[in-house]
Amino acid sequence: MYRYDEYDQAIVDARVDEFRDQVRRRLAGEITEDQFKPLRLMNGLYLQLHAYMLRVAVPYGTLDSRQMRMLAHVARTYDRGYGHFTTRQNIQYNWIRLDQAPDILTELATVEMHAIQTSGNCIRNISSDQYAGAAADEVTDPRPWAELIRQWSTFHPEFTYLPRKFKIAVIAAEEDRAAMRLHDIGIRLHERDGVLGAAIFVGGGMGRTPMIAHEIRDFVTADDLMSYLEACLRVYNRYGRRDNIYKARIKILLHEIGPDDYRRQVEEEFAQVKALGIDPPAAELARITAMFAPPAFDAAAAGDVADRTDPDFAVWLDQNVRAHRQPGYAIVNISLKPVGGIPGDASADQIDVMADLAQRYGFDELRVTHAQNIVLPHVRIADLKAVWTALVDAGLAEANLDLISDIIACPGLDYCSLANARSIPLAQKIGERFADPARQRDLGELKLKISGCINACGHHHAGHIGILGVDRKGTENFQLLLGGSGAEDVSLGKITGPGFDEDGVVDAIERVTDKYLEVRDPGERFVDTYRRVGMTPFKEAIYG
Amino acid sequence: MRLITGNDLATGDVVWWTGGDWSRHIEQAVDAGDRAEAIAREEEAARRVNVPYVIEATATADGPRPAHIKDRIRALGPTVRPDLTLKPADPAAGSWVI
Amino acid sequence: MAEEAAFLRFRDDTPHEEPAVTLDSFLADQSNATAVRVEPGDEARALIPHLDRLALIEVSFPSFRDGRGYSTARILREAGYRGELRAEGDVLVDQIPLMRRCGFDSFAPAAPIDAAVLQRSLARYPQPYQKAADGAAPVWKLRHG
Repeated sequence: MYRYDEYDQAIVDARVDEFRDQVRRRLAGEITEDQFKPLRLMNGLYLQLHAYMLRVAVPYGTLDSRQMRMLAHVARTYDRGYGHFTTRQNIQYNWIRLDQAPDILTELATVEMHAIQTSGNCIRNISSDQYAGAAADEVTDPRPWAELIRQWSTFHPEFTYLPRKFKIAVIAAEEDRAAMRLHDIGIRLHERDGVLGAAIFVGGGMGRTPMIAHEIRDFVTADDLMSYLEACLRVYNRYGRRDNIYKARIKILLHEIGPDDYRRQVEEEFAQVKALGIDPPAAELARITAMFAPPAFDAAAAGDVADRTDPDFAVWLDQNVRAHRQPGYAIVNISLKPVGGIPGDASADQIDVMADLAQRYGFDELRVTHAQNIVLPHVRIADLKAVWTALVDAGLAEANLDLISDIIACPGLDYCSLANARSIPLAQKIGERFADPARQRDLGELKLKISGCINACGHHHAGHIGILGVDRKGTENFQLLLGGSGAEDVSLGKITGPGFDEDGVVDAIERVTDKYLEVRDPGERFVDTYRRVGMTPFKEAIYG
Repeated sequence: MRLITGNDLATGDVVWWTGGDWSRHIEQAVDAGDRAEAIAREEEAARRVNVPYVIEATATADGPRPAHIKDRIRALGPTVRPDLTLKPADPAAGSWVI
Repeated sequence: MAEEAAFLRFRDDTPHEEPAVTLDSFLADQSNATAVRVEPGDEARALIPHLDRLALIEVSFPSFRDGRGYSTARILREAGYRGELRAEGDVLVDQIPLMRRCGFDSFAPAAPIDAAVLQRSLARYPQPYQKAADGAAPVWKLRHG
């Protein structure tokens, strides 16, 4: 994985020094909260319901055991012993003191971590495929390209006061595990005549007005990529709406002027920008790529077979372990969704356990997924039993990947100052209603996603079943959506009808899944049944 | 009654106006009446509180009860982590929020 | 009391004193003016045919949150403008290093700037990741020559 050189380290160290100075000025009253807010947000520091919240970047979701242990240390020392992994592959802490935030950043910088651009109207942390470097279906590891974009976008002088936040995802497989088309810019790497290039999708997003990104260019080579992105961003910075915060994302610009006009403007700008020489040389991508070389797999592992005699282990193998492109190895998904638990939360001790397992069995690598789980991308099949046993002991062996209880949920009104309703208690109730593992497996792949407000941090538009919490005259109310997907079959969910209270929506979900069991074709996923039979049968089942 | 609430600038703690100072405990909050907005401005300017705002609440035997669930959650803590609320020993404390 | 500056200039030539005209006026009937003021929504490229006759372009920042002026500055510098490029209005000390990178070389902030804070800000980052208008060598250039 990527390692800082003296230049990267100097930039991160300078950022810590800068933020320390900004915090000092705020505490001394030299700047107002109004002036400080954009400064702290650009460093991932929010003021939430109970305290400050710090969001730490995990670039493209990749980290090593040393970094993971640092996350546990921060949770223990500066927070209340836990952290929350987010849908943008980051981690956030809920109980941060402003006067300690600079010290946290100092500690993070010692392991090449930071909170740079994890909030604010700038280019956010670049997200990617959690199976990068391990998946059989990728044309290349997308992370070197993501790292190139990370460096280009870090303290970009022109794009730090954009109309609104800006999210970029990079993938390199047909299967989309990163919700690529629901980003402001989604990039899918593919090969043409033996050359790698990027298909550029612009204008996707969730929030109040969900939209699927349009393909703007089918092929941009690495030596043009920064110029092309600079052109994409410049058109947005100049013409994106600034009169209304709800219309300020690039998706609205594309919607208003149309993808063809946007493409024309970008191409004109690209012709100008390309002459400036802002693209790094091929040697830079080669330097980064070398750091993402595959680990030293053991060819002798090819004959390994897992011992399936323990039925619980066998269930976990089938549900949470995925095929690796290297014979004898596997991809392990660690679910942070125990029944009755808080989706995405992990205690400091659990974070340490996962770090230890990565170090001992996983070539020292971990990934954070947009579904708020953790991945050990390279585990020898012969070691799976030992990994599972340790996960059982740590309460991390829930075998529910992609099942109905593998719920994405935003922090909701329990933590978030923007929320209208609590997401977590609802996730817990749904998990408890469907707690029977056999029942979950019978329902099969079913992505359930909950947002506590219209901002859609819980990706409810992209859930096979989505739930949106709203405030109805001071009480929590929940709308139900069906048919969304954030994967390569991307689609936006549709609202079933009138909303429900907390128990009502759990009942409604059960009526939906019962109807699915009744009408599905053999082997058909829930979302495919929905697409085949449409909303009507489900609506009748829910509202009678 | 009208309460003033905000966060402590340095710690981020939720605080309530007690008449002369700020407390983490809503039981100590007082009705700031018509002066609420002016007090909020003065206290913010002096950096004794950060981002204060005024809310409606009802006086009850157990102390003030904010009209909106968001402020009840702020007063207690996250309903999903009773151990991290201001009343960790009272498992039923969460029902006050709803 | 900290030393505060209400006007900052990073040029050696004599400051240009002629009041700036609006872009619309300049294009309509004042094309002999040598100082122009550009608002966030203005089309800066309209000035490109006239750049060699201009001594001062003042880019207005009505709100520090409105970042359109950063693109304005880069477009003008990319087109070869060498005269004074001034950021005027709601310009905050933490923004000046970014503005310098976009090609601004003078600043007329609405509220005075703390000189010591600014000095630290400008000296803080040893090298940038990306090439911009200030000529600083990006990290990739330092890595690969």
